[in-house]
Amino acid sequence: MSSTTVVRISDVSKRFVIRKEKSLKERLVNFGRSNLHKEDFWALRNVTLDIEAGTTVGLVGPNGSGKSTLLKTIGGIIQPTSGKVHLRGRLAALLELGAGFHPDLTGRENVYLNASILGLTREETDRHFDAIVDFSGIERFIDTQVKFYSSGMYVRLAFAVAIHVDPDILLVDEVLAVGDEPFQRKCLERIRGFQHEGRTIVLVTHGLDQVAEFCDRAVVLEHGVVAADGAPREALRVLRADFEATRREELAKAQASDKPQTRAELAGVALRSASGQTGRPALSPGETLTVAMQVDAATELRDWALGVGITTPMGTTLYQTNTRLLGLPLPPLRGTGRFEFTLPDLPLAEGDYTIQASITQTDGTDVHLVPEAAHFSVEGNSPSLGPLRTPISFATL
Amino acid sequence: MTDIAEARAAALALEPLRPATPSSGFASGTLASLRDIVAHRQLLALLVNRELKSRYKDSALGFVWSLIRPLVLLLIYFVALGQFLGAARQVPDFAIFIYSGLTAWTLYGEIIGLGTQSIVANAGLIKKVYLPREVFPLSVVGSALFNFGMQLVILVTATLVAGRFPTGSRWLYFPLSLAVLLVWGLAIALLLSAVNVYLRDIQYLVEVALQVLFWASPIVYSWKLVQGAIGGTKWEAIYLANPVTLVVLGFQKTFWVAGDGEPFPPQLGARLGIALAVGVVLLWLCQRIFARLQANFAQEL
Repeated sequence: MSSTTVVRISDVSKRFVIRKEKSLKERLVNFGRSNLHKEDFWALRNVTLDIEAGTTVGLVGPNGSGKSTLLKTIGGIIQPTSGKVHLRGRLAALLELGAGFHPDLTGRENVYLNASILGLTREETDRHFDAIVDFSGIERFIDTQVKFYSSGMYVRLAFAVAIHVDPDILLVDEVLAVGDEPFQRKCLERIRGFQHEGRTIVLVTHGLDQVAEFCDRAVVLEHGVVAADGAPREALRVLRADFEATRREELAKAQASDKPQTRAELAGVALRSASGQTGRPALSPGETLTVAMQVDAATELRDWALGVGITTPMGTTLYQTNTRLLGLPLPPLRGTGRFEFTLPDLPLAEGDYTIQASITQTDGTDVHLVPEAAHFSVEGNSPSLGPLRTPISFATL
Repeated sequence: MTDIAEARAAALALEPLRPATPSSGFASGTLASLRDIVAHRQLLALLVNRELKSRYKDSALGFVWSLIRPLVLLLIYFVALGQFLGAARQVPDFAIFIYSGLTAWTLYGEIIGLGTQSIVANAGLIKKVYLPREVFPLSVVGSALFNFGMQLVILVTATLVAGRFPTGSRWLYFPLSLAVLLVWGLAIALLLSAVNVYLRDIQYLVEVALQVLFWASPIVYSWKLVQGAIGGTKWEAIYLANPVTLVVLGFQKTFWVAGDGEPFPPQLGARLGIALAVGVVLLWLCQRIFARLQANFAQEL
């Protein structure tokens, strides 16, 4: 089956002009010099994307990278400065739950109003009304003014309306981050239902785990430019590398400005399997892994700890420890030192894994952190899913 | 992929790609804008409903308040201008005369005053959902018309009580005047509501301007007095170029039966017709400007 493009973003750029004045007086006073009071800010630059029907796309990126602007551009809320956005099918934007709820109206009236804002006709709302109220779980208060609702009830009702909208394309902006846990689970279940029904979902989120879990595709935006676009795994790797670069930059800045600081780095991290493989070893199940590290300390390193961790390629930490947690204080170090962690009988199932290494000080500051210091894989065919390998038995009682 | 998913994808494949935002082209976008507004007429009805319900919610008298204000105004003008200043002696059925003009003026003032603020007042929605933004000024017109309807009932009742119920061809002035009022009111409200997003001073300017304009139409004084003061000069032409003046005169022509012997500007019907034609063109122009300006609403609010 050939795929159908439902959202076509062609060469979209968006410029915001930041003006520092608003009133008539200020404008008149500054007339002619008004260019001094303007500042251009490109929220999006030459973004080109095609989104196919039935896919779930995660838009990720650091704060201010243009994610929300792109989402609003797709939703028609913001017009691009140049470029075009084309759509196919019915679109609903869930940028805010309960947009357009009026505090003075009753729950019932607000359901109709909000549904209409989201694009349902009156007849459709009539049809779904009972289901909406049922889902929200606030039957008793449906004829009460919304201003008397608790914030939880408000969100529940708003979400109940939102999920009964029948869009082909659903734009979601961070709204999943509200509500208590059962409610969030309800949201996510519903999103899965939407995926199953072949709806296209474009999701803006900071929850990278959500992206890894739900999306078929992730788009990383940085300063308004598409930095990566592809399978969530690769895209997230790019994003994490970026975050790390930013963090390191900040660290360097702090080090440059602050009083003389400890300077040390992890010069090298090497893996060795029990069978003698090095580089990117492929372990057999239950094999022992040795992680060797070299630390170069330019200034004397005191009260420090060396850390090691195992993460999945998605960045989920499976294991993390350091010499302080292990109760092994390290003597002060100056110059080069070599250390080794041994992880015997790794209880990991088959898959790719990443080794994380860090030098921290006992007061909590990071001296050097390498999120992807080395890689290894585990081979085998355990009859299970997930990264943990454990013996299991089964009995019928 | 599931069956539902495939069916959806197949249905989508048949649809053409459409632009995400309405065209801001000057001529080409008109039809699209109109179609968009018509498609959202149910929402418009709900928004009007919201305006009306929320306005006097939780007050014991509710809608009665929207009647009390013009009635109090009527009382003030009737006593202060009519009795103390003696206007009632020159103008037969002074109360009905004032109330005809006041009814028209209240509608006009409400459309422009509240219409100007409508976009800024709905900022929360505009920033979060795409809707044809014209629905907000339009919903103001809707709720203003509702109030107008109630005032009209009072006005008609008053003519019945006074024993001078308007009959016959004079009713023709009413729909014509109302059309002029709505077209001009909506055009100005559209324009100002959009400009107000960029320049918030507009809403205060409008308040002041409406107060001035109230006295620039023969609402509490009669046309006879105007004629006596500036009749035959170019000022008279300017005075009559104001569409609201024509509307107020049109309302008086309809409901103020006792004023039949009083002077009215010549060819009032034709003047109203011209005002309507100009108003329709203006409305179209204002809608196109609105369409242009609305592109940046979400970021300016």
